Amino acid sequence: MYRYDEFDAAFVKDRVSQFRDQVERRLSGELNEDQFRIHRLMNGLYLQLHAYMLRIAIPYGTLSSRQMRKLADVARRYDKGYGHFTTRQNLQLNWPALKDTPDILAELASVEMHAIQTSGNCIRNVTADHFAGAAADEIDDPRPYAEILRQWSSIHPEFSFLPRKFKIAVTGAARDRAAIQVHDIGYQIVRNRAGEPGFAVWVGGGQGRTPMIAKKIRDFLPVADLLAYSEAIVRVYNLEGRRDNKYKARIKILLHEKGAEPFRVAVEEEFAARNDGALRLPQAEIDRIHAYFAPPALKARLAKPELFDARRNADGKFRAFVETNIAQHKIDGFGIVTISLKPIGGIPGDATSEQMDIVADLAERYGHDEIRVSHEQNLVLPHVALDDIPAIYDFLAKHGLATSNIGQISDIIACPGLDYCSLATARSIPVAQRISDRFGDGERAHEIGDLKIKISGCINACGHHHVGHIGILGLERKGVETYQITLGGSADENCTLGDITGPGFSYEAVVDAVETVVDTYLGLRTDKSEDFLTAYRRVGMAPFKAALYEKNPGADI
Amino acid sequence: MPQVVTASRLVDGIVVFWSHGGWVELLDQAQVLQTKDDVEANIKSAQADVAANLVVDVFAFEVKAAAGHVEAVTLRDRIRTAGPTVHRDHGKQAVAR
Repeated sequence: MYRYDEFDAAFVKDRVSQFRDQVERRLSGELNEDQFRIHRLMNGLYLQLHAYMLRIAIPYGTLSSRQMRKLADVARRYDKGYGHFTTRQNLQLNWPALKDTPDILAELASVEMHAIQTSGNCIRNVTADHFAGAAADEIDDPRPYAEILRQWSSIHPEFSFLPRKFKIAVTGAARDRAAIQVHDIGYQIVRNRAGEPGFAVWVGGGQGRTPMIAKKIRDFLPVADLLAYSEAIVRVYNLEGRRDNKYKARIKILLHEKGAEPFRVAVEEEFAARNDGALRLPQAEIDRIHAYFAPPALKARLAKPELFDARRNADGKFRAFVETNIAQHKIDGFGIVTISLKPIGGIPGDATSEQMDIVADLAERYGHDEIRVSHEQNLVLPHVALDDIPAIYDFLAKHGLATSNIGQISDIIACPGLDYCSLATARSIPVAQRISDRFGDGERAHEIGDLKIKISGCINACGHHHVGHIGILGLERKGVETYQITLGGSADENCTLGDITGPGFSYEAVVDAVETVVDTYLGLRTDKSEDFLTAYRRVGMAPFKAALYEKNPGADI
Repeated sequence: MPQVVTASRLVDGIVVFWSHGGWVELLDQAQVLQTKDDVEANIKSAQADVAANLVVDVFAFEVKAAAGHVEAVTLRDRIRTAGPTVHRDHGKQAVAR
């Protein structure tokens, strides 16, 4: 894992002192709210529906046990004993007091964490594939590059006041688990014909009220040019992006209005004109950062993990857990364990302090001290010996964390929605809970197979509904919650935006509508191997629309 | 429709309600204002506490009041004045129990 050097440590410590001073000046009245707001937002502190909310950065979703324990401790001591893991791999505390936030940030700094640039019109926390460094299909670990981008973008003087927020994701595999095509910049590690690593560069993706899929503007960028090229992209955006209308200020709108090809040319010209070598990454520096992310020394285990196999043969529940929650590791005899934060009927992404401590214990004992947060709001132990998984499973089960539903219908992304968020227009969490309760994680969910439901409580789309296989968007109409359903979205390498089925459904009716969609799919798929998305792409909207609005007039709004 | 003046308390962000020159934490204890003039006058008074750095974001919202019980009209305001519907153990609804 990356460890702060003296510069990092001093920088974060200084920021804590600055913020402590800013909070004191705010509480004393020296600063008014208009003057203070920018400072609190640059430190991740929002004022939400019920209280302040602190968004803590988890760079590229990677945590040590020590850091996870600190998050648990902070949530317990300064909040209400739980936190919410987000789609940017961050953690949000829902109830911190302003007066306590300098102390919270000081606590976080003691374990090399902070909340800098988790808000504001700047480059936000850089996200990465949550299986980075472990996945069998990976070309290279994306996290060293995400870390290089983090260092470059932290309080970057030119890019601290962009037209709008700016999100970067990096993936190291052809299979996209980091949703790079719905990011302002998505970097995909590829190899050129000579076998050298570089990046395919995707720009201008995003969700929100104007969803767009990114355009690939470069097939291959040498790794040494990562920062110079990033600077060119963000500079073109900073100069040409709209500042007259916040709803048209993201880079996706610039790309759309200017045209992808003229935008690409502008970036290439900027890159060529300024590429004097100042930002060229020395190989020694790339290697130095890479070394922090060197995988643990895993010795390939015997081909037959005996404990694992025996348990799998004897225990159906364990077998179900293995099928859904274990992914293939690049080293034989190891697996990647995803710990679901989607208990049936629970709140997606929420974890109590006790659960955070349990995951930290497991990572320390069995997982080489590494934990990941996925953008799908689950936790991951990336390096686990298969023969340790029975013990891990038992421990998780004892603490209510062994839900076997990864990738299934109850593994739902949901934003906080109207239960917490001041921007929301409808609730999302209880809709997720009801869908989860309806389908569960048993035989029915297993029969349905891979199906990603994503729910947002307003058009800002924090719940990624545009790229849900089934997307649900909560709106408010005449004072009543109404839910629009989209079908066929996907955030993977074959990224698509969902199509709207038609009129929305009431809070009461939306779960029935989802069930109608699911039953329609089950009735038309060729066989069990044809998952929902594949079936939708084959048959299109018509049968689903017919089922929703004709045969069974479920639409009531 | 009757209204209540509200704000967020600066020091901890907790939702508070205006009541006869001060702030209370529970909606049932809020001053229910019946006329537009009353609402405007009380917002003006409450704004002094923004200047005094006690609260932020003062505004008024519609309520229904009967038999000593006050309830917000819109879902958003009901959630804001009670707490998350998914965590009945948090927010004012927990205190009110």
